[in-house]
Amino acid sequence: MELAGILLVPLLASGFALLPAGRRFAAPVTLLASVIVLGVAAAVAAEAASTRAVAASGEWLACDGLGALVLLLVAFVGFTAALFSWGYIDEGVKHGGRKNVQLYYALYNLFLLSMLSVPLLANVALMWIAVELTTLLSAFLVGFEDTPEALEAAWKYVILTTLGAVLALLGFLILYWGSRIAGLEPFTWQGLVAAAPRIPPTLLWPAFLFILVGFGTKVGLVPMHTWLPDAHSQAPASICALLSGVETTTVLYVILRLFPVVGVAPGLDARPWFIGFGLLSVAVATLLFIQARDFKRMFAFSTVEHMGIILVAAGLGGVDAHLGAAYQMTGHAIAKSFCFFAAGITVLGVGTQDIAAVRGLVRTSPLAGVALLAGGLAIAGAPPFAVFVSEFAIFKAGLARGQFIVVALLAVLVVIAFCAVMLHVNRMVFGVAEHEVRAANVPRSCKLTLALAAIPLFVVGVYVPTPLYELLKAAASAMGG
Amino acid sequence: MSSSPVLFSLDALTGALFLLTALGVVATRQVLASLQLFIMQSLLLTLSAVLLGIAQGSIHLFAVAAITVATKTLLIPWLLRRTVSTEVYRTREIERVLNIPSSLLISAVLIVLAYVVANPLVGTIGIPFIKINLPLGIAAMFLGAFTIAVRREAVPQLLGLLAVENGVFFAGVAIVPNLPVIAELAAAVDVPVVALVVGILTHRIHARLGTTAVGRLATLREQ
Repeated sequence: MELAGILLVPLLASGFALLPAGRRFAAPVTLLASVIVLGVAAAVAAEAASTRAVAASGEWLACDGLGALVLLLVAFVGFTAALFSWGYIDEGVKHGGRKNVQLYYALYNLFLLSMLSVPLLANVALMWIAVELTTLLSAFLVGFEDTPEALEAAWKYVILTTLGAVLALLGFLILYWGSRIAGLEPFTWQGLVAAAPRIPPTLLWPAFLFILVGFGTKVGLVPMHTWLPDAHSQAPASICALLSGVETTTVLYVILRLFPVVGVAPGLDARPWFIGFGLLSVAVATLLFIQARDFKRMFAFSTVEHMGIILVAAGLGGVDAHLGAAYQMTGHAIAKSFCFFAAGITVLGVGTQDIAAVRGLVRTSPLAGVALLAGGLAIAGAPPFAVFVSEFAIFKAGLARGQFIVVALLAVLVVIAFCAVMLHVNRMVFGVAEHEVRAANVPRSCKLTLALAAIPLFVVGVYVPTPLYELLKAAASAMGG
Repeated sequence: MSSSPVLFSLDALTGALFLLTALGVVATRQVLASLQLFIMQSLLLTLSAVLLGIAQGSIHLFAVAAITVATKTLLIPWLLRRTVSTEVYRTREIERVLNIPSSLLISAVLIVLAYVVANPLVGTIGIPFIKINLPLGIAAMFLGAFTIAVRREAVPQLLGLLAVENGVFFAGVAIVPNLPVIAELAAAVDVPVVALVVGILTHRIHARLGTTAVGRLATLREQ
């Protein structure tokens, strides 16, 4: 019942935004809807964590530990981004008029709905449609600014990720074919794991590869990542936070779901593929960091890096590495959305995304400067933050399993990436300002968002509350040992 | 399951024509011809779904056929005419990255590759239609993806994308004859939405930039 409620609330809010009353009240109603969704998602997550059971409602919706974690992260960023949107969209969109804002909130809620439904839908086929809809519903949000660059980014985003989704569809059809041979009906994740040993490997294998490459495009795995820095840098900051913070994670969730399915099949080993794609993504993202010129693009590269790290962690195998992967997903969602909020208010102040044009932010606009510094440290993986702890846990788990080369490569790349990010952020925040920058007029809702988003940012790295830890453990066990 | 040799031969013929239309989409010089080839390809997909539906007595495949006709031969051309009619009807050559002979040569390689990919799967289970539909579907998929890569304009890229989708469904009707909600919903919801989103986006790009040569959009890249 709760699960259906989570999906119903954004749908109603989306409809409301299009009504005449939506002209004035779309933003507060969206915020209210996202608060309700977050509350219910937290309740579902707490239940999944404490009972380790699969919360189901009917045969259509189900949610285990991993699903509950993704659900909670999406709901959290959905809430902070809704709060951020309130002031940011009013401030940022001077042209266009009210109609545009109504469309923004209608699509915002639908986009959130599509992302929330990915971890909730029990049927694999319906889940594919939900993933595909995340692209189609967010396309106009990516192109919302209506600049040539934003439209270009939206174009690449739609064409490439839809192409990827169609490739993945063939994979799912082959998987369905295999599950029919194994006598599975209906086509659910739960059933798939159970039926996997009976699916012929000649079918399981191509299905896995089609889905990995197809959905890997949407996750931003190298070499299918080319659209990602464009879309994640051109969208409005609130949408960037959703795209980078949770949309990629939501699709990665689907790939991680495949891991236990492929893992039990005789004669197959998915782990080298996970580690290979993961390391390649981290390596290329690291190179891209060094030459980054646009700070929103830099944060987008960091998403490619983090997705790579999570994939490597999943590929290393074992409960500890999977716990690290779940922790990294959490840390990434919290820190990356925070970074894009910080980038958003920076852009409001300085009016550019060019790293070279931003110097001495801590003096001209202290809030943006401090937020950018905290966000930069958090995504690069500095000690008090969650990403540091999760990366450390992944290294430790890898060493325990004797994967010395993988861990060494990953560690070197992560350190280089850290230095590159901090070099850029350091110049932006502390450098000497070349010319006077007007003090940023930061809307109140954006300030409030930063304050709220900063709480988990600083807390989760130092102290993990017991229910969250239980949830992470439940998610790790759902990924298979 | 009756697999009469007549139906089998008819499906083989349909498959051959299906591949030809996919090649046509790669090679054609004009947008309108591209669209017409896509409609033909969709009709061939429908025909294959009907043939397999008869052979395997599957009501689901008739539903797929009906949805394909409704969305791909009626709704999508209508949508494109509504949103980007100037693009569709202007008679001029499509900008492309590669000339036609080289494109066809690469297409031939892709078709061989499709057979290599499909071969281990075909041996698994003995539904005879899979031998035709799976490799040809994958080949059409590869050709569609290749079309996206060589075309530099918005509408031809969209048609390439829809051709990829046709390829997947051409394979799909054979490998999962009792499709549950998956293909029906995907075909009914997804394809027109893709066309609508891309159509409106094309319209806006055209209004904003005065061109739909999306291949020239290269402001966003690493230096």
